[in-house]
Amino acid sequence: MTTATTTLIEVDDVSKSFPGASGEDLRVLDSIDLRLQSGEIVALLGRSGSGKSTLLRIIAGLIPATTGTVRYRGSELNGANPGAALVFQSFALMPWLTVQDNVELGLTARGVAPAQRRQRALDAIDMIGLDGFESAYPKELSGGMRQRVGFARALVLEPDLLLMDEPFSALDVLTAENLRTELVNLWMGENFPTKAICIVTHNIEEAVLLADRVVVLGANPGRILAEVRIDLQRPRDRRAPAFEGLVDQLYGLLTGRETAEVVAEPVAATPITRPLPDASVGGLAGLVEIVYANGGVIGLADLADELNFEIDDLLPLVDAADMLGLVTVGDGELTLTEIGTQFTTADIQSSKKIFAYQTRGLAPLVRTICRALTGSADGTLRAGFFLDLLQRGFSADDARRQLDIAIDWGRYGELYDYDSLDDEITADPAAGIHPGAPSNARSAT
Amino acid sequence: MTLLRSYPSRDALDRPRSRGVDVVVFLAAAVLLGIIVRVSSGIDVPFDETSAPETVSTDPANLPYYAARSLLRMFAALGLSLLFTFVWATAAARLRRAQKVMIPILDILQSVPILGFLSVTITGFIALFPGSQLGLECASIFAIFTSQAWNMTFAFYHSLSSQPRELDEAARNLRLSRWQRFWRVDVPSGMIPLVWNGMMSFGGGWFFLVASEALSVNNHHYALPGIGSYVATATADGDLGKVFIAIAVMVVMVVGVNVLFWRPLTAWAERFRVEESEAAEAPRSLVLNLLRRSHVPVLMGKLFGWLVAPLDRLMAVFGLAEHPLRTSPARRRIGDVVFACAVVVALAYGVFRIGGYIDATAGFGEVVHALGLGLVTFGRVILLVVVATVIWVPIGVWIGLNPKVSRLAQPVVQVLASFPANFLFPIATAVLVYTGISLNWGGIVLMSLGAQWYILFNVIAGASSIPNDLREAAANLALPRALWWRSLILPAIFPSYVTGGITAAGGAWNASIVAEVVSYGSTTLVATGLGAYISQATSEGDSPRILIGVLVMSLYVVGLNRLFWRRLYELAQRRYSL
Repeated sequence: MTTATTTLIEVDDVSKSFPGASGEDLRVLDSIDLRLQSGEIVALLGRSGSGKSTLLRIIAGLIPATTGTVRYRGSELNGANPGAALVFQSFALMPWLTVQDNVELGLTARGVAPAQRRQRALDAIDMIGLDGFESAYPKELSGGMRQRVGFARALVLEPDLLLMDEPFSALDVLTAENLRTELVNLWMGENFPTKAICIVTHNIEEAVLLADRVVVLGANPGRILAEVRIDLQRPRDRRAPAFEGLVDQLYGLLTGRETAEVVAEPVAATPITRPLPDASVGGLAGLVEIVYANGGVIGLADLADELNFEIDDLLPLVDAADMLGLVTVGDGELTLTEIGTQFTTADIQSSKKIFAYQTRGLAPLVRTICRALTGSADGTLRAGFFLDLLQRGFSADDARRQLDIAIDWGRYGELYDYDSLDDEITADPAAGIHPGAPSNARSAT
Repeated sequence: MTLLRSYPSRDALDRPRSRGVDVVVFLAAAVLLGIIVRVSSGIDVPFDETSAPETVSTDPANLPYYAARSLLRMFAALGLSLLFTFVWATAAARLRRAQKVMIPILDILQSVPILGFLSVTITGFIALFPGSQLGLECASIFAIFTSQAWNMTFAFYHSLSSQPRELDEAARNLRLSRWQRFWRVDVPSGMIPLVWNGMMSFGGGWFFLVASEALSVNNHHYALPGIGSYVATATADGDLGKVFIAIAVMVVMVVGVNVLFWRPLTAWAERFRVEESEAAEAPRSLVLNLLRRSHVPVLMGKLFGWLVAPLDRLMAVFGLAEHPLRTSPARRRIGDVVFACAVVVALAYGVFRIGGYIDATAGFGEVVHALGLGLVTFGRVILLVVVATVIWVPIGVWIGLNPKVSRLAQPVVQVLASFPANFLFPIATAVLVYTGISLNWGGIVLMSLGAQWYILFNVIAGASSIPNDLREAAANLALPRALWWRSLILPAIFPSYVTGGITAAGGAWNASIVAEVVSYGSTTLVATGLGAYISQATSEGDSPRILIGVLVMSLYVVGLNRLFWRRLYELAQRRYSL
């Protein structure tokens, strides 16, 4: 691939905001500049909330950018990108069409004559290793085979640009590995029509394995943190020192202190500037336990490997443990703190007390709820009150999610309880949040 | 070789085709065609308003022909409803501004008592086809249509607006045209709700078929050849024996349509299920299996296969299923404002005109009078729902929890629900006349003849879907009877009970129009209530009172839905969905 490169996609100063539940704009992408050249595979790598899928859909012309422009071969997009085919995480096959009809659908839309259409679809099905399944329906196929149909449907159009939205994350490990290898083989092949591939992923190894260039996106709002060139020879060896070095470098970028600069200190943080990570108490306790069992220090890449976790699953737990002061994160390593050790070795009641103390002090939303309950007349407040507060900074769904996490944490720490029928949060009498707990508040009046 | 495999369905290719089956299917199609031609030739017999037949012959030999005419009306209305559904639901789902108006209109239309409008539509349709019975025919079909269309449209609209986002994105990324998208994505993804709601609405349509075939409007009696007018004439003659014969024919017809049409259709629609897992008990159909074994699917596949490409090319004029990404916010805002103003002005003008009309004719005192009558009918509806609940919930739970019983009972209850209750009115009326019970109380029974079944079969459905684990847990905890009801059964059936309750109450309001004035032989019984008010205004052709009656009843139905049922429904969704 030494022919002159052309620029296929130019993303200039693109920002994207969604209207929040209470009217404010919630920014998911902030002034993104990106070029996709022919002959390269680019990976968009980021954790959840970095807007990487949103960016991919803007490039595909499926959703508009709020500001900025996207050009395909020099002309600005105003509708679905004519040169791009998209492969979905959830496959997005039409369940009522056979494999053959699914693959032919895009050709039908372009008015290709039936006989020619059939032949081209058969060629694509053959190329992607689906022959024999032409007349099967998607629901009869395994996940891996379905995604092959997804690839065939995209590739039969011979697109300039292949866009992939976490195409392997719904598949099991072996199937995903197998499909990745086949994709690389197709890409290396002589007559592969597609000029460039852009893949969204949260899997660091996948990015290093496939891409010529990894674009690292940061979250809240999504922006480009760094670009890393991968100059390794294909096929790539995961155990090569250079490969591992790149993986470690990307881990460092994703968990790096770059976030610390924007994130306010715990005492000054508000529920909006410092959202609660999406972590369950059980998962959190399990993580701390593993670090403890490992002698108090563990590398993030090793941990992910050991648990077979993707960073999207792992990072919220790490962030939560970090927020609550149970571990510290540095250079892609987790170190257990003194309190973390106490938390994991104490009996269940004491460990709950430690958890309650830490969340009340360090988790901004839990702290806000406790303070509001202290100030309330009878230790009871409507959850809708907190939802309104949260919706100044989050979409309706995210606000609900934040409140659910805070309720989960507060319930575990026995700080307060939540009654879903009345939609009310009530201080736990034993937690000493409210001077007159509800039971004796009545007798006092 | 693979070339042959793409069009026909996979099941069709699995089994060898049989010539015998082909002969059967061919003969059946020929007979069907013959009947349709024969029956529809009677539709536009000359007609003149003054000499129109007021009754039909009650010779039982005519019944098959009448039944066929009625059936033809039902299917014509179904086709019309389907067309309406496609256009209205698609427009509402795809046009941002239109949706703001179209969905509320549909919501209101669903609550309007259809029977109250018959006089208006009949006059209109007769004027449209002067000198032919086609006008009456259209009015009858229109009445059935109004009982089917709204429900189907809501179902299809809902499936369009809740279409998985990736399917929408895939369709746009593949650059399908609007036409292709409609037939390849929208209709298939809405097929299951469309078929099921079509089946339920069709069942409800029988009631309106019967009510619209024999009418007294504007001091005229009209009768269309059909099974409904047959019953009406037999009732007027006080001939119960012929009523029973008609009931038997009706049962055969309801069951026949179910077996020959709806069951195959629901079984076929299973292939459009989006969920990964198959339904626990997918509907099966002998008739469908028979069809699949014949050559019909292949021939149909070939025929439509030829049509697909040219149609695609022709309909490409509608453009791509795409909307521009860049729109000017200012222009959009101005468009919104203009649109909102136009709607408000039109609405205000309409309200002003209606107010003026009522004021000039019947006067607003009449509205108060109608509101009072509405309260009486409302009392009947409440009593009906309460009594039906007390009786049918325990029975429904018992049936639902016994798989053997529910397998037997489910189809029976479904037939009962789609059996037009007004067929039973003559018998019930005869009993009332004989015993001398006032229609003020008897009307409740008449109204409940059709409405109560919705509660029963929804409770059965709810009870039979209680997870076995929960029932075993309850048994394991040795819950006492009262606690078992309170902590397991009632919460678990609540959502489906609410669905049944809404439908039953709506049906009861509609039924009040035909149930509060009944006659048998030469005796006519009248109850106090809004239904009787509308019914009498209709037969006298008193337009202002029809308008007032219909408006007041719509007000009651919409108000109750908003204030009571909708809230219960939301509670059920939030708290008690399994």
